[in-house]
Amino acid sequence: MGLSVDAVSVAFGGAPVLHRCDLEVDAGEIVVLLGPSGCGKSTLLRTIAGLETPSTGRVRWDDDDLTATPVHERGFGLMFQDHALFPHRDVAGNVAFGLRIAGMARDLQAERVDRVLDLVGLPGFGGRTADTLSGGEAQRVALARSLAPGPRLLMLDEPLASLDRALRDRLITDLGVLLRRLGQAAVYVTHDHDEAFALADRIAVMDAGRIARCGTPAELWADPGTVAVARSLGHRNVVELDGDGRCPLGRLGDGPGIVLLRAEEITVEDRAGAGNASGRVTDQVFRHGRTVLTVDVGGVAIRCTTGRSWVVGETVHVSWPDGAVVALTG
Amino acid sequence: MLRGAARTACVVVPALFLGVFFLWPVAAILGRGLGGDGLDRLVDLPGDAVFLRVAWFTVWQAAASTVLTLLVGLPVAHLLARHRFRGRRLLRSLTTVPFVLPTVVVAGAFTAVFDRFGLDEGTLRMRHTVWALLAAHVFFNVAIVVRTVGTAWEGLDPRLDEQARVLGAAPWTVFRLVTLPRLAPALAAAASLVFLFCVTSFGVILILGGPTRATLETEIWRHAVWRGDLGSATALAIVQLVAVLVMVAVSNRLQRRRAVAERGATASPARHPRPAVLAGGLGLLAVVQGVPVLVLVERSLAVGDGYSLRHYGALADRVNLLPVSALGALRNTIVFAVAATGMAVLVGGLASLVVVHGRRWLSRLFDLGLMLPLGASAVTLGFGMLIALDEPPLDLRSSRWLVPVAHALIGIPFVMRTVVPTLRRIDPRLREAAAVLGASPARVRREIDWPIAARALAVGAAFSAAVSIGEFGATSFLPRHPDRLTAPLALFRLLGTPGDLLRGQAMALAVVLMALTGAAVFVIEGRSARRATVRGDF
Repeated sequence: MGLSVDAVSVAFGGAPVLHRCDLEVDAGEIVVLLGPSGCGKSTLLRTIAGLETPSTGRVRWDDDDLTATPVHERGFGLMFQDHALFPHRDVAGNVAFGLRIAGMARDLQAERVDRVLDLVGLPGFGGRTADTLSGGEAQRVALARSLAPGPRLLMLDEPLASLDRALRDRLITDLGVLLRRLGQAAVYVTHDHDEAFALADRIAVMDAGRIARCGTPAELWADPGTVAVARSLGHRNVVELDGDGRCPLGRLGDGPGIVLLRAEEITVEDRAGAGNASGRVTDQVFRHGRTVLTVDVGGVAIRCTTGRSWVVGETVHVSWPDGAVVALTG
Repeated sequence: MLRGAARTACVVVPALFLGVFFLWPVAAILGRGLGGDGLDRLVDLPGDAVFLRVAWFTVWQAAASTVLTLLVGLPVAHLLARHRFRGRRLLRSLTTVPFVLPTVVVAGAFTAVFDRFGLDEGTLRMRHTVWALLAAHVFFNVAIVVRTVGTAWEGLDPRLDEQARVLGAAPWTVFRLVTLPRLAPALAAAASLVFLFCVTSFGVILILGGPTRATLETEIWRHAVWRGDLGSATALAIVQLVAVLVMVAVSNRLQRRRAVAERGATASPARHPRPAVLAGGLGLLAVVQGVPVLVLVERSLAVGDGYSLRHYGALADRVNLLPVSALGALRNTIVFAVAATGMAVLVGGLASLVVVHGRRWLSRLFDLGLMLPLGASAVTLGFGMLIALDEPPLDLRSSRWLVPVAHALIGIPFVMRTVVPTLRRIDPRLREAAAVLGASPARVRREIDWPIAARALAVGAAFSAAVSIGEFGATSFLPRHPDRLTAPLALFRLLGTPGDLLRGQAMALAVVLMALTGAAVFVIEGRSARRATVRGDF
């Protein structure tokens, strides 16, 4: 049991933003809401928090209907993209805020603050003021503030988006380890599929105000279902088929439609006559010890990864097993 | 955000205060001036040679003051906006001090300068010339240019200027073609504000201009207080009221167009000024603002050929000219300032809540309405109260509250101008973060809004205290109980009477008033420097 969002719709001034969204988050589970900007993922998060009111639908925790419960009585935690630390309080004052509201005794507060600051890797930062912190430190303090009261659900709204890449990679790992150690149920909003795969137990991909697909990272990767979901997950080889299921790569289906060719399944060879199709290398990028090739096959650009480097302009032959082709809709 | 009785109080208290003490007096001026033979006088004004001379002088002295203020203020704004050096913050605060100094003190300071350097003897009679007025107006208003233009300048992306330099433009060309156009909105806003203040300038013109250099303001006073000719005063007050309304509207328009900060402005270079730039800026300030203040202090200490504190000691003695001692007048001023500040904080604070959280139309109405007393000249305010509140149903002639109420009306806009932007600038996510952490709406107000607003209230209180301590224009109209003379009025009488001893006492009193208002500025600067969230729109 845990959070369940049941057919929630939200409209801003008559314009629909969310349309009948369903979402479940079990105790101790980390669910990532993934989607491009403007797809409604932040609105869904704010609706769960109680900062927006749904026009229809329910938000429940276990069997408790929270739809009409005001924000401050939900017992959730929320972390914003740019930390929103209180400028008139120091780090300890920020972290202790929720504890004070809950009426915790002062000495217990201080103890908890120290423990949570340790947890986020900022021991001894209690006396610092918010404006002396770096971006990464401020986010850690915001995390500590959200965690301190022991929320039953922690929500994070693109918390790392304003940080640089190296810091983001480190913090996302730290965050995953920390949340799992605490057994903290969490909903994490991002537009970055790398972050989603690094953190999620399950990913819910959003598209135009709807939850398009929800599942474990492996499930979604293998079968994204729609073009929009495939693109959100980082798939590049989306190919359109004609009436006979044909495209420059060959016959990939039984009729008209769109298919996905999973890049990691493709093999590249230079032996003439081998493979399912031939094309010309138009680009190559070295990444994480492997080479990412773009191959032009009769006007369709196919992305694939290989273990060796090639020459741009060279003709290569690509092949794939049957399971590499996945049918998509719309 | 507000409910029930609290909400009603927020609306009713400021509305009543403004209605009774400002709108009713203004209505009284209009009623008297537009009804009966009042209208005839108004119609006759354009053919009146004296009126035309006064109106023309009012406009041109204000225009000349504005141009001179811009010429002095721009280099200083550049120095403060584009450079980092030791004492920069202090210098910025110092340039602001003259802005809140009582007009009577400034007039006293320039009188001191003329005395000290013999500029008022023989053929060179500086007192009662237009030059004295212009110098005093520049002294006052440089702060407006430095603040308005300087802030805009800091908000300009320096990379654009650097780009122009790289493309081959000389520094002066860069300023003319790249910097100046981007500063234009701020320049226009500053100029319109300076012009408005110079048109409504009263104390400076009354003391330094003398009887021949009359403006609309001083004419209203002369007719009403000196000659008891309320009819003529009313006609002039209506002209002034309309002119000020037009100017406030224009000024507001220009303020709204003020440039927004450009991207990359935070990458402002921490450049040390070239010696010539630093010396030029400091030199200008020293001559325009430093000399009058220092000479004033020097004169207050000069006794015969030496120096002593005798003039300060004499403040406790009553001279025949005044109904109370100067010290007694200072006591009155402080009591009035405390009362006025209390009222201004209460009314201004409540009105700010309505402006920020109230319904749209109510918010706009309050925003505009409570700013009116700042736009309307102090003279209009005082004159209106004089003719409206001296007969039943509201006879406050002998009330000890009349003066503090007038001062509070002028202080309220200052409170609102610091509190409203601060409340508006509170990031809504701070409230959301607090709510998610379990704070109820009432708790959010207490934990988030109040601590942040309290700092702004303190700044507004300091402003309105400074205004009250130095207020001269409105106070000079109000029926005076002789025992309740304020210090600026006492200073006015001391300055108007010849004699070395009285002059010395006047200088000492001016220095004390300067210290009191100057202290308020440092409270303001210190407070707002500590937290960027609290800086108002000045």
